[in-house]
Amino acid sequence: MNNEENWVTMDGNQAAAHVAYRVNEVSAIYPITPSSSMAELFDEWATQGLKNIWGQIPDIISMQSEAGAAGAVHGALQTGGLTTTFTASQGLMLMLPNMYKIAGELTPTVFHVAARALATQGLSIFGDHSDVMAARMTGFAMLASASVQESHDMALIAQAATLKSRIPFMHFFDGFRTSHEINKVHLLSDEQISAMIDPQLVLDHQNRALNPDNPFIRGTAQNPDVYFQSRETVNPFYAKTPKILEELFSQFENLTGRSYELIEYHGAPDAEKLIIIMASGAETAAETAEYLNNQGEKVGVIQIRLYRPFSNQHLLDKIPATVRKIAVLDRTKEPGASGEPLYQDVLTALTEAYNAGTLEHLPKMIGGRYGLSSKEFTPAMVKGIYDELGKDAPKNHFTIGINDDVSFSSLDYPSEFHLSDEGTQALFYGLGADGTVSANKNSIKIIGENTDLFAQGYFVYDSKKSGSQTVSHLRFGPKHIKAPYLVEKADFIACHNFNFVEKVEMLNNAKDNAIFLLNTPYSKEQVWDQLPKVVQEIIIEKKLRFYVIDAAEVAKITGMGRRINTIMQTCFFAISEILPAEEAISKIKEAIEKTYARKGAHVIQQNFQAVDATVEHLSQVELPESATSVHGFGQELPEEAPEFVRRVTAKMMENRGDDLPVSALPVDGTYPSGTTRWEKRNISDMIPEWREDICIQCGNCSFVCPHSVIRAKFYHEDVLQDAPECFPSAPINARGFPETRYTLQVYAEDCTGCQLCVEACPAHSLKESGVKAINMRPKEPILEREKTNIDFFENIEINDRSQVDFASVRGSQFLEPLFEFSGACAGCGETPYVRLLSQLFGDRMVVANATGCSSIYGGNLPTTPWTQNKQGQGPAWSNSLFEDNAEFGLGMRVALDQHFEYAANLLKRLKADIDETLIDEILNSSQLLESEIVAQRVRVGRLKESLEKIESEDAKLLLPLVDNFVRRSVWLLGGDGWAYDIGSGGLDHVLASGRNVNVLVLDTEVYSNTGGQASKATPTAATAKFASAGKRVGKKDLALQAISYGNVYVAQVAMGANPQQTLLAMREAESYPGPSLILAYSHCIAHGINMQKGLDQQKMATQSAYWPLLRYNPTLRKAGDNPFVLDSPRPTVSFRDYAYNELRYKILERSHPKEAKQLIQLAQELVDLRWKTYENMSQWPASEFQPVA
Amino acid sequence: MTNLSSNYMGLDLKSPLVVSSSPLSRSLDNICRIEDHGAGALVMFSLFEEQILSELSEVENLVESTASITPETSEYFPQSNDYYVTVDRYLELIRTASERVDMPIIGSLNGVTSQGWIEYAELIEEAGAAAIEINIYHFPMNLDITGNEIEQLHLDIVASIREQINIPIAVKLNPYFSAFANIVKQFESYGANGLVLFNRLYQPDFDIETLDVTYDLELSNPHEIRLPLLWISSLFGNVNLSLAATTGIQSSNELIKYLLAGANVGMTASSLLKHGIEYLDTIHNGLINWMESRGFSSVDELRGTMSRDQLKDNPSFGRGSYIKMLTGYDSTY
Repeated sequence: MNNEENWVTMDGNQAAAHVAYRVNEVSAIYPITPSSSMAELFDEWATQGLKNIWGQIPDIISMQSEAGAAGAVHGALQTGGLTTTFTASQGLMLMLPNMYKIAGELTPTVFHVAARALATQGLSIFGDHSDVMAARMTGFAMLASASVQESHDMALIAQAATLKSRIPFMHFFDGFRTSHEINKVHLLSDEQISAMIDPQLVLDHQNRALNPDNPFIRGTAQNPDVYFQSRETVNPFYAKTPKILEELFSQFENLTGRSYELIEYHGAPDAEKLIIIMASGAETAAETAEYLNNQGEKVGVIQIRLYRPFSNQHLLDKIPATVRKIAVLDRTKEPGASGEPLYQDVLTALTEAYNAGTLEHLPKMIGGRYGLSSKEFTPAMVKGIYDELGKDAPKNHFTIGINDDVSFSSLDYPSEFHLSDEGTQALFYGLGADGTVSANKNSIKIIGENTDLFAQGYFVYDSKKSGSQTVSHLRFGPKHIKAPYLVEKADFIACHNFNFVEKVEMLNNAKDNAIFLLNTPYSKEQVWDQLPKVVQEIIIEKKLRFYVIDAAEVAKITGMGRRINTIMQTCFFAISEILPAEEAISKIKEAIEKTYARKGAHVIQQNFQAVDATVEHLSQVELPESATSVHGFGQELPEEAPEFVRRVTAKMMENRGDDLPVSALPVDGTYPSGTTRWEKRNISDMIPEWREDICIQCGNCSFVCPHSVIRAKFYHEDVLQDAPECFPSAPINARGFPETRYTLQVYAEDCTGCQLCVEACPAHSLKESGVKAINMRPKEPILEREKTNIDFFENIEINDRSQVDFASVRGSQFLEPLFEFSGACAGCGETPYVRLLSQLFGDRMVVANATGCSSIYGGNLPTTPWTQNKQGQGPAWSNSLFEDNAEFGLGMRVALDQHFEYAANLLKRLKADIDETLIDEILNSSQLLESEIVAQRVRVGRLKESLEKIESEDAKLLLPLVDNFVRRSVWLLGGDGWAYDIGSGGLDHVLASGRNVNVLVLDTEVYSNTGGQASKATPTAATAKFASAGKRVGKKDLALQAISYGNVYVAQVAMGANPQQTLLAMREAESYPGPSLILAYSHCIAHGINMQKGLDQQKMATQSAYWPLLRYNPTLRKAGDNPFVLDSPRPTVSFRDYAYNELRYKILERSHPKEAKQLIQLAQELVDLRWKTYENMSQWPASEFQPVA
Repeated sequence: MTNLSSNYMGLDLKSPLVVSSSPLSRSLDNICRIEDHGAGALVMFSLFEEQILSELSEVENLVESTASITPETSEYFPQSNDYYVTVDRYLELIRTASERVDMPIIGSLNGVTSQGWIEYAELIEEAGAAAIEINIYHFPMNLDITGNEIEQLHLDIVASIREQINIPIAVKLNPYFSAFANIVKQFESYGANGLVLFNRLYQPDFDIETLDVTYDLELSNPHEIRLPLLWISSLFGNVNLSLAATTGIQSSNELIKYLLAGANVGMTASSLLKHGIEYLDTIHNGLINWMESRGFSSVDELRGTMSRDQLKDNPSFGRGSYIKMLTGYDSTY
């Protein structure tokens, strides 16, 4: 059976989407992690022309939000379309209103949900049941899948059941754990799928549709007389649903041989202890129960598949009469409830039965929480729960998998307990961008689909976008792998990046005699001495078989460039012993041949050479008898690091966050800012080095640096008296500053090596070819010197803000960045804007940040980049949601204004006690210039001193509010997904409010954080997910929309094209006393460019007039001038020349050349038209623009 | 009526004027217009060995380096297998052009190793090209490689391509061989059918302001015809290879000179890049007028009339004229 051709490897999302695609006509979606790939595959298949079981290509439409998607689904259902959607988490929350409607109208549909945590004290993209549990009152049936195979099969059964029952279904499985786990799946054939769908039921659904030839009204408004009774009409439909499912399970078994039950029992028939659980945790529990029963225990597991409608009878039927104790596990938390939902349901079912006399004995029941936000749920935890049930008074409302030292809810469990496993378990530590994950997915495919072996893969990532670490957990074996938890003991461990050896504990997970493969520049003779002592000790103690390869060298000699994935994959095949080595190598070559078939024999040959060279270069290290190294392990935090960072953050940085007890964590999600400075990531081998003899001190390099690693200071030359010899400086090249020196310092350990600084540097050496004032150099030889220099540089006084020219790029380099060392991509196009804002206004800035890339690099633990100055002032930052950021920011403004007014009133009431001039100055200072802000801070300081001496009630009330007298700068940050799509309505409303908020849209023209889906900012002719055939509609002109209000300051900027204009726009926007909108062109990895050339591409965007630079300033209109200023010159390059530097455009040219040509032409016409419009506007008289109040 | 027909490597051309490898052949429209304006044949733009590989690795690098970097994104771009790469489009253009026009379409490959591009020669033949021009660009900087080894590298390329395809092969090469006549003879024995004189070694310039190396392409000019003219006139009648002249044809004058020397065809692209495809008419008219004024009725009749063999008694080809030229030059001062 294993060799049949319909065994495939895929993840849970694909498994569900495969079925959903075939049994639906319409899908309306909105991308959200971890469900996005279901919709993306749906779109991909539709673009390829794949047909559903009725021979139609289904239509998928990407909406502006999940609320919109649900509305569109509702509409499509009402007109008879078989319709589905895919979502998770907050997305499901936005669908709730329509879900009530859809269920209330008894409409068949299946929503496939990759269940995920909800944003509470913090956002989490990871899996639990908080979202689906919050939707359990909608009237949707809820069917839970526990594995990849189940997500495939249940997707079909849910569809069949919804048609038959008329109850809409929510088919859910665990986000990431199931949605992203790759496993070997027995694929349903289209015939099997068709056989489960009753054509008459489809017809019935269509006959209930809105139809002008058979008109009726649905969706009435009902009054107290009938609403209640109407609500009760649906009961029989719910009552029938469990039975319908049972029949369908039976039909499915006849078709496929796979049997399922609504509520399924695993374990000893005479079990005494029982666990009741849903979704993937059930597999772990069942496997553990089987193991324990084999050891002589009597335990069982009940897996709930159909959670709504909850069938008490089916549950009671499955509980063995011998059961005395039950633990019900919920993967969610309902604060304040008497128990979590499943626990309550089970409790009710059993108690009702006991009360009714149908249950003779009421077992002792406890409820517990596990696995929130993809927290591991392991066999050891299952054992811990059974052990707890064995106690006389087991703990109720427990937690498992954490240490709750506050409420003492957590259970102890034997963490060393592991299930013995057949087959091979492997761990791979790679860099995000090195192709390790892709290669492992490929290995799973090769082994899973070309041999009798079963395979499983699961991938764990850290929270950074640059230099991120990935850990691949792979299992191979002769039996179907049911182990939905990370590899705990590995037979094979590969480290694809040598730097990890010193930072990441990986060999602790090795079994004795396991294989350890290390990619290293050192030879088998040299490598041993380069390992930390603790690593050497483990290798010796566990007798690991230690292999090394210099993958970079093999890649170089075989012409593979920097791509090491094929090489490391070959090593794995060659030495892992999963397949005989020769067979393994031939399989990898077959796979290469298949992958590159269209690219020619030469390319295939080149890859073959890489495979052969890998085998030749792979060598085993002979182990010495003892550990000899003097190298330490891990990063030590400096003593000056704050207590919280040392106690809490450091643990997270060391991948030991799981060990933190509840008491260590803030109760309300409030964390200290400025923690990235303590995490020296050292992710780049190359860093910029400053040449003071060439530098013209223009500030361009620090202006464009995405990670704030280039800082400048000027200071009196006497400061250098204590400088280390290696500390470079130059006389400042400005008149009027005698005896003043200038130093540019690179923060070597924080640099990502993106090279934007080198690109931006205009100063060439007069004598050396190719040498600029800043040049990339290997880090290792200069690191210690730079660390010494940084220490000294840090102690030089930050330049006085009131002494710095804010109006020039050159001047702004001296302002301290209050956003530093973020985890954004190397060369990120967004963060230079964010950093600049923090330099200009950071000390009095409040930030509302929409969910997306900027909230992830801005607020993802363990360390965050928003920081503070020495006075303790800095941006106050928060993220609410994706959709509501404009409103969130407006709320901040309103409250701040209110507090200012209140404070002003209190101050006026204190006239008798405080100097009247001071009051007058505080209340009437314009605070437009930095010098005025500084003066106001001095006044506020004086006021504080005065207030502290005054005894009155007003003075006490005013004291905590006085800081509000320093002008607050409110910034609403987000990407184009927020501003153009999901938050568009809110943004529009906020701009129309007239309130003093500043909006910065970091426009990458796609949903960058969730993987490059099209937004309304995506330009014509570009490809993106959901626009894979090229976007045919033009990009929304948000600038003109905002200008149409007349009183909104609007700017369109591109730092790479004109940094001075960017600076000017930010300052004008901030000082404008009404709403401001800045649209910032942000190059992005999703564009498919060499990120080093991001600034050049920005320049070309402007030169082609695709991205004209403009400013619309209502203040000018008020003064009788034309408020529309076009800052860029007429186009000098074609749109085509700009666009075809980017893969997102080139892809279409390569896949659909004719369409691409047509779309590029259309895009050029749009660019021309827009330029003409703007050029005309720039020449209109002021009277042509809206007057400003 | 003047007969312009010429034979080049066994291909019957209606004119001895061939459009050489250039960006002009990138569109079907241009190719049709080139035929409409009477060109004898067209050499397609070159497929570069490095380009084929770098294009693939560029796409793969961009796709792979952005895939799976965070848990939220699998990859940003569709699978690269579905992309048309330059090779696909190149072959498609040859296929369409060969069907659309009557003039022979000659494929062009530019490379340096003996393995990389051979498979593409086969594909070019399959796509319908009438012949193939291989452009062996090798800058012999390696201090350890001898002249013989370099020659063998060139010959091996010709041999391995010959093994794979049946259509005529023209070799385009630079003149820097110590025994140029001998290598030409060897090319013939290794299976080449034609020789294209000459390929220019890429010679960068320096910018003394920025201290950068600059990369601009200078179009060929009439003063550059001397060396190919010398070699064509010398080789004519001594080898069985067809001879194509490809440097410096800016007007009918240079074409006429090459034909007189013995070239089967003259190739131009830079004059068309400068003046437009219609300029083919101007060159043709110049050639016809000149032939008519001299009473030549066919190109075959005038071809080689000024070859070295024909002019063996003319002292200008001898060492004597060289001495005379130098001393004469001297004496003007």
